[in-house]
Amino acid sequence: MITKTPKVGRRSFIVGSAAVGAGLALGLKIPFGTSVVRAQDGSPEINAWIVIRPDDTVVIRVARSEMGQGTITGLAQMAAEELECDWSKVTTEYPTPGQSVARKRPWGNFSTGGSRGIRESNEYVRKGGATARVMLVQAAADTWKVPASECSAANSVITHKPTGRTVSYGKVAEAAAKVTPPADVPLKDPKDWKIIGKSVKRLDTIDKVTGAQVYGADLKLPGMLNATIKESPVFGGKVQSFEADKVKSMPGVRHVLKVGETAVAVVADTWWQAKTALDALPIKWDEGPNAKVSSASIAETLKAGLDADQTFVRTQVGDVKGAIAGAAKKVEAVYAYPFLNHAPMEPMNATAKYTADKCEVWVPTQNGEAAFAATLAASGLPADKCEVYKINLGGGFGRRGAFHDYVTQAVLIAKQVPGTPVKLLWTREEDMVQGRYHPVMQAKLTGGLDANGNLVGLHLRLSGQSILAAVFPQNLQDGRDNATFQGLDPSGDFTLGYTVPNLLIDHAMRNTHVPPGFWRGVNINQNAIFLECFMDELAKAAGQDALEFRRKLMTKHPKHLAVLNAVADRAGWGKPAPQGVHRGLAHMMAFGSYVAACAEVSVNGDKVKVRRIVCATDCGNAVNPAQIERQIAGSFVYGLSAVFMEECTVKDGRIEQTNFHSFDSMRIAQMPKVESIIMPSGGFWGGVGEPTICVAAPAVLNAYANATGKRIRTFPLKNHGIQMV
Amino acid sequence: MARLTINGKTSEVNVDPNTPLLWAIREQVGLTGTKYGCGVALCGACTVHMDGRAVRSCVTPVSTAVGKKVTTIEGLATNGSLHKVQKAWVDNEVPQCGYCQAGMIMAVAALLREKPKPTDADIDASITNICRCGTFQQVREAIHAAAKA
Repeated sequence: MITKTPKVGRRSFIVGSAAVGAGLALGLKIPFGTSVVRAQDGSPEINAWIVIRPDDTVVIRVARSEMGQGTITGLAQMAAEELECDWSKVTTEYPTPGQSVARKRPWGNFSTGGSRGIRESNEYVRKGGATARVMLVQAAADTWKVPASECSAANSVITHKPTGRTVSYGKVAEAAAKVTPPADVPLKDPKDWKIIGKSVKRLDTIDKVTGAQVYGADLKLPGMLNATIKESPVFGGKVQSFEADKVKSMPGVRHVLKVGETAVAVVADTWWQAKTALDALPIKWDEGPNAKVSSASIAETLKAGLDADQTFVRTQVGDVKGAIAGAAKKVEAVYAYPFLNHAPMEPMNATAKYTADKCEVWVPTQNGEAAFAATLAASGLPADKCEVYKINLGGGFGRRGAFHDYVTQAVLIAKQVPGTPVKLLWTREEDMVQGRYHPVMQAKLTGGLDANGNLVGLHLRLSGQSILAAVFPQNLQDGRDNATFQGLDPSGDFTLGYTVPNLLIDHAMRNTHVPPGFWRGVNINQNAIFLECFMDELAKAAGQDALEFRRKLMTKHPKHLAVLNAVADRAGWGKPAPQGVHRGLAHMMAFGSYVAACAEVSVNGDKVKVRRIVCATDCGNAVNPAQIERQIAGSFVYGLSAVFMEECTVKDGRIEQTNFHSFDSMRIAQMPKVESIIMPSGGFWGGVGEPTICVAAPAVLNAYANATGKRIRTFPLKNHGIQMV
Repeated sequence: MARLTINGKTSEVNVDPNTPLLWAIREQVGLTGTKYGCGVALCGACTVHMDGRAVRSCVTPVSTAVGKKVTTIEGLATNGSLHKVQKAWVDNEVPQCGYCQAGMIMAVAALLREKPKPTDADIDASITNICRCGTFQQVREAIHAAAKA
């Protein structure tokens, strides 16, 4: 049934009965056994990661989701590097979550967020390739009755060195699948990499330019009906009543259904018919306890948190109060960052088919396993009676990772029309008002400078919403949400790049009824603005150059400093800019990578032109530089759209923005020239999809302040009459 | 019932004449390369050609398309050979998620028909599609590459 869907994800597996998981040294269970596990076309699995067809096609299984960031290409490069296969013969496919569960999770984590696709799975994916290579070589050696040590593998061909005999992978795959996998296989030294680090072409471009690529919204199944839905516009509200009779006789309408306690859906022959009927359907909502909440009331709550006595402390060094009280100069500023919607181009959707003994879901998801869990919960069926097929995503940005509300809805609809597949596709309007929003946050920053302009004390107080408290409360630490402090941490993947002798960083958690979510970059978006704009404010108060002021505080953070220096050098910081052009800097460490930007802007009245942004990233290892460049430029579009023109405001308990007219997004005319400096220093794996997003906004804001003398501290800039041109 | 000519093929579609062309293309004709993004002509994901001009099919009633030649992304390639814009898109690896790209490509193909060598200002003025992945830098490079092809 799924053979009509895209190349990735279209195969299921036939698992041999003896394919019982057995642990390898990598801490994962790669199944092996005497009976061969076969892909649906009959080709043998060498192991869970690698299938080789008789024609030498190499199928690399990728558990992470491709949503445009290039992860299937990057992870395939990982496996191919160690497999020593012919890159031109590589294709990829998704294993299904149901298969993962049935086989004891041989592919590990499916979650594709937090910029972890490559940085957290590179080792076991490379091991998967290396293990398969050893098995293929062993199989060839066995055939030739020679020691495997006399054989080598390159470009999908095994050579017996003493005799020069050769055989291709496809010819020995069947035998290799029966070889006992080695207990452990050493991985290549990075200096020997041939595919990792190369800008090989992505594997998934062609179907995206011909219209052939099938996204979730495009799925067609035999006998399928189409649905669209409205959930209570006030979060926490319920359906009170609806007048189904008013729309039941409209063209194509099959069912008008209550979905859970909170939503109403129309199921029709076509989606347009479903939408037309739902628009005409009178629905009364029980708006619940949150119907009076507004942006103003939320802002008041957060403002009170800026001076609250009780907070969650992340970092406390020295005596901040004393240092600031004794400082020659005190600088204080309050910043505020709004709720934001993800607004991927493809609205939320899922297709479900339910019978009493099987529930199947087709969904564009960043986390197949989480979609699977939602399917189990909504269907009430056990894992062996559920399956999820991952379909291509029209963008994710975090909306399709931790949240599968649309899967729950699709299954609840399908349960009411058993045996019939139903595709649920949200309207853009529903997508806008039923988001999982970037959390709202305010910050008060207080700094003390000594007589020489040195920063002697800094207090960064955050006040606002915790994502983890709402989404993963089990991950709170004694109530504290460490994710709130991304980019401000004392150590780890989000380390603050400054050493300040007296430092206090704390969070007054102020949660709202608006559901928060992980939005590309998550909390680095606002934390980078708070920190890096305030650093410029401090430098100005100290009468110092913004770069020199930072450098003095960064001597113990050489990797942070290296990326900052790189953008300053490339952009010509300290040298005269072209007439009317002003520069601004920012840096941060996030998701394991060190990133910095230098922006050049020109200002004409209320019109701001971002001309150029030089960006540097040290992501440890750069797997595919061309795709990293694209992620950098793309992240700037997402981040700058937000800071210039986007916010989700709350009125009467609901989100006010309903489409791109009120939640705008950058166009090509507004795109700055982005120059990327990819400077991997080796020895670690940092993220790519998210880190750079956070430096664009503060670099631009600092440039704007340098151009105008005006420091903007609340966002988006459109609220100040500022227009991006 | 409306008679539509899409990619050179004529189809009878049984829909209310006010149905947007987008949904007739996707649900009646069955060509899903043309995307739904906003439904109100803001994002451009639904861009198709009508008699060679780029239109946003989500706000174009089916009745308007009767008697016109409609081209969708599936009809852009000719005789199995990609259109020069599609080729430039592949060579420059423009798409990320790809969802908006059909509309983007159709908008660019229409621009190049009107202005074979567009300036950056021409591009800024006429390409107003939204791309949330942020492919604009590659879009611009690919437009210039296609113009030279």
